[in-house]
Amino acid sequence: MAEKKRIQGTISKISGPLVVARGMLGASMYDVVRVGGAGLVGEIIELRNDMVSIQVYEETSGLRPGEVVVDTNEALSVELGPGLIEQFYDGIQRPLQSIETEADSPYITKGITVPSIDRGKKWDFVPKVSAGVSVEGGDILGTVKETVLVEHRIMVPPGVSGTVREIKEGSFTVEETVAVIEDGHGAALNIAMLSRWPVRKPRPTAKRLPPEVPLATGQRVIDMFFPIARGGTACVPGPFGSGKTVIQHQLAKWADAEIVVYIGCGERGNEMTDVLLEFPELEDPRSGQPLMKRTLLIANTSNMPVAAREASIYTGITIAEYFRDMGYSVALMADSTSRWAEALREMSGRLEEMPGEEGYPAYLGTRMASFYERAGRAICLGQDGREGAVSVIGAVSPPGGDLSEPVTQNTLRVAKVFWGLDAQLAYQRHFPAINWLSSYSLYTDTLGEYWDNKYDGEWGDMRVQAMSLLEEEDQLKEIVRLVGIDALSRDERMTMETSKSLREDFLHQNSFHEIDTYASMDKQVKMLRNILTFHRLGMQALARGALLREVIGLPVREEIARMRYVEETRLGGLDELEDRIKDDLSRLTAGGEEDVA
Amino acid sequence: MLPKEYSTISDLSGPLMVVEKISDVRYDELAEITLASGEKRRGRVLEITEDRALVQVYEGSTGIDADSTKVRFLGDVLMLPVAKSMLGRIFNGRGNPIDGGADIIPETKLDVSGNPMNPYSRDYPSEFIQTGISTIDGMNPLVRGQKLPIFSGSGMPHNRMAAQIARQAKVISGHAAFAVVFAAMGITFEEASFFMEDFRKTGALERTVMFVNLADDPAIERISTPRLALTTAEYLAFEHDMHVLVILTDLTNYCEALREISAARKEVPGRRGYPGYLYTDLANIYERAGRLRGKSGSITQFPILTMPEDDKTHPIPDLTGYITEGQIILGRSLHRKGIYPPVDVMPSLSRLKDKGIGSGKTREDHADLMNQLFAAYSQGKDAKELAVILGDSALSEEDKAFAKFADIFEDTYVRQGEYENRTVEETLRLGWDLLTIIPVRELKRIRDAYIEKYLRPLLDAEAGEANGPESRAS
Repeated sequence: MAEKKRIQGTISKISGPLVVARGMLGASMYDVVRVGGAGLVGEIIELRNDMVSIQVYEETSGLRPGEVVVDTNEALSVELGPGLIEQFYDGIQRPLQSIETEADSPYITKGITVPSIDRGKKWDFVPKVSAGVSVEGGDILGTVKETVLVEHRIMVPPGVSGTVREIKEGSFTVEETVAVIEDGHGAALNIAMLSRWPVRKPRPTAKRLPPEVPLATGQRVIDMFFPIARGGTACVPGPFGSGKTVIQHQLAKWADAEIVVYIGCGERGNEMTDVLLEFPELEDPRSGQPLMKRTLLIANTSNMPVAAREASIYTGITIAEYFRDMGYSVALMADSTSRWAEALREMSGRLEEMPGEEGYPAYLGTRMASFYERAGRAICLGQDGREGAVSVIGAVSPPGGDLSEPVTQNTLRVAKVFWGLDAQLAYQRHFPAINWLSSYSLYTDTLGEYWDNKYDGEWGDMRVQAMSLLEEEDQLKEIVRLVGIDALSRDERMTMETSKSLREDFLHQNSFHEIDTYASMDKQVKMLRNILTFHRLGMQALARGALLREVIGLPVREEIARMRYVEETRLGGLDELEDRIKDDLSRLTAGGEEDVA
Repeated sequence: MLPKEYSTISDLSGPLMVVEKISDVRYDELAEITLASGEKRRGRVLEITEDRALVQVYEGSTGIDADSTKVRFLGDVLMLPVAKSMLGRIFNGRGNPIDGGADIIPETKLDVSGNPMNPYSRDYPSEFIQTGISTIDGMNPLVRGQKLPIFSGSGMPHNRMAAQIARQAKVISGHAAFAVVFAAMGITFEEASFFMEDFRKTGALERTVMFVNLADDPAIERISTPRLALTTAEYLAFEHDMHVLVILTDLTNYCEALREISAARKEVPGRRGYPGYLYTDLANIYERAGRLRGKSGSITQFPILTMPEDDKTHPIPDLTGYITEGQIILGRSLHRKGIYPPVDVMPSLSRLKDKGIGSGKTREDHADLMNQLFAAYSQGKDAKELAVILGDSALSEEDKAFAKFADIFEDTYVRQGEYENRTVEETLRLGWDLLTIIPVRELKRIRDAYIEKYLRPLLDAEAGEANGPESRAS
């Protein structure tokens, strides 16, 4: 390939984050350019003869027409290699900590260039192949212990294959050569731990698989009622104050993913600081290590340049794909995709494109779909056929909580799980405020099979029972509202009581309580089993003549209400409670039978 | 060398003008406009091409003509001279003193747009601020560095409440320099003088900086008013280590001004004619609240906005709610019942509450108590709604207890005097007192230990009183 000529033009127009430059003939779409004397980072988003429109990822004030624009001949890319985990990046993968040092200020100033991955740090590279072996794209050449939780696997770049001519062992920086691969034509290629990948291009996999394994989150309403699969997609739309961010944080904390990528896209600065300060303190329930050791944060807060907000989503998913390719299960949280869509809208408006619905560009739907489609479970490239997954959970912030707006609707078209947040529940401080009637999960069937295998078919039955009780409650409430509680039969009253118990003792979960914040599937199943057992036996007792007052007045019900505070290590207590429930209710019936006798 | 002077104004529309045949002008640069009368105004470059600049005139375009008006570009963005001596002074929306005093002697000049705070450099707000108002301290606690707007409607006492907060706000532990920066945008003379009088009367004025843009001042100045206020706040907080409370009123007027410019630029409108970048623009204001690592000062924001038609889904409150860390919503029906402050606690929310309360900050039982009060009040309101339709007799004993709770809650907990400054202990005690109305088994949100520690003594005392005469009789 011939060396491309260096393309240089001049600024002809500036309007906010949009800069138009002339004299750029030969530049390609989505090339990264350096704008002005300060060298601000920008990306070409429109081409017209020698004129290009550039979205600039930094504040443009102070630029003037006539300043130079230089094409870097490279698409917007991320740097991949050891040193990613525990980082806190901005939307275009600049470490915020280095920005602070470089700017020598708590504020983000313009034109700062810092490497995404530390160039000086040495990593211990342990080879996994020996010289002479033939390898192809995706094969693991060696590993690096990046954190106590993450083994970073150095892979042969996609599209490269040949024979390993040399492989090293020892301590290296990310730029040093750790392996040399000779391709079929005898050309040698030096492989370093550091690689680059353009963010707008999905990383290839060998084969995509349907999502069949659950991503356990420790959140009862999610795992039990609206589960998400590894490699699945979920969306959380809700008005402000309904707890979107808390749900995202909870999933980032407790989801059983090996890597978590958290993108704060156009949201509050303090929320990101919260994650940054809290995650190193929190313990992963499975490994006992700090959660930060498997987490990577990307923050482009609402007051940071709007164009970089658009890029942050792609930066995040590309990094997530990279870890998937190593064979990990990665969970990506994007909070909030609405802010990303708004960034698209703002750029589209400045480009004077014809607006679609509510001023959003007509390509909003395609862009959203292609983002969510990058989630999935797949066989990774490489000869070992390992499996990896990227699960995507996107928060949506519909204006006024109105779900008919374009961002929500376009998301619903592609996301398979819908956790609809309800302002009314939030007012009652019922958290997570996921509405159990309107939410859905399209993974229920496949994941139901998985759990039924583990719990002898009980899981699916209990779920259906609980859901229909809640559904029935909704109808009964309507009757109560119209004619009063007295119009209900004894059985219906019992249904109301059980549903209340389901809502308050099972679905409600306090994310700030040290024990309640996480519930394993074992605990969830036992809790639900107890509630439903009480219902079933309570109904039987009623049928045999027990009084409703007696049934719902049983002291064992208080214990049901406190099941959530049972520690994971003492789940046996819940089985004992089940026995007590059976005893107490049968005693009621026994007493009733004696009376009859 | 003096900057070049242009007299090539070609287009005037609303607050915008186009200057032709320019050279060497920067985006976002400050412009000085000299009218034929000699009056000087300032403007900002909104858009620029090789030979034309679109300038937004801060003081409005009245009186500008295309013939004799001259424009100079000053080579810099809008800077505000700041000094500690601004405390106790009143300025207009351009930053000039209007209290008859001398010009301030600047310690430095700062870019009014500010730069975004690096999220890495932020420190998480976690110090509880006692406002003396139960519905805030007990139910929606405020912490230093938070941005908590008041969503109000026309005719409601948001100004009185804001003044009460400015008067009473303090941190429980320790003393620190405290200042108020007040920005009025498009409010009436009466409203502005209410604040001035209140601050003067209570001696708060000397630790206050006021920026006042009245309803009859140029609307376009409202764009810069909050930025001047926040630049001053940042200077006081992070250079002089003060704890600054910023009150911005009324954000609705600010957004209208923004819409005016957007319409003049013929931009594609978003919802209700507001520009698509309203969210980003508001975020640039609200996100300037916070704390920084290694600095002892803080900026806490209290933006006030009046919701058109009390509609929370209107773009202004809606977008605000998505940026700020919660909201205090004033309720029309409480106001009608004569309850001050009419804080509707159900939809109100403080997102940072969990970090500011608990043992060592307020008291260990605060969080549980708060959750229980919310749940009980919600249930009580439901019960009352039911009673309206079906009559009291349709309620179960439990429901009656909750309905009673809701009434007393509004009357004693929510209602308080404009000059009543409750300590957080008083507020918590009030909460526990209220919970005695409800059967203990219904208190599911509270840990057993706290029920024993805080509620049991109250119940026992009550039972003692009730049983006292009887037991003596028997």
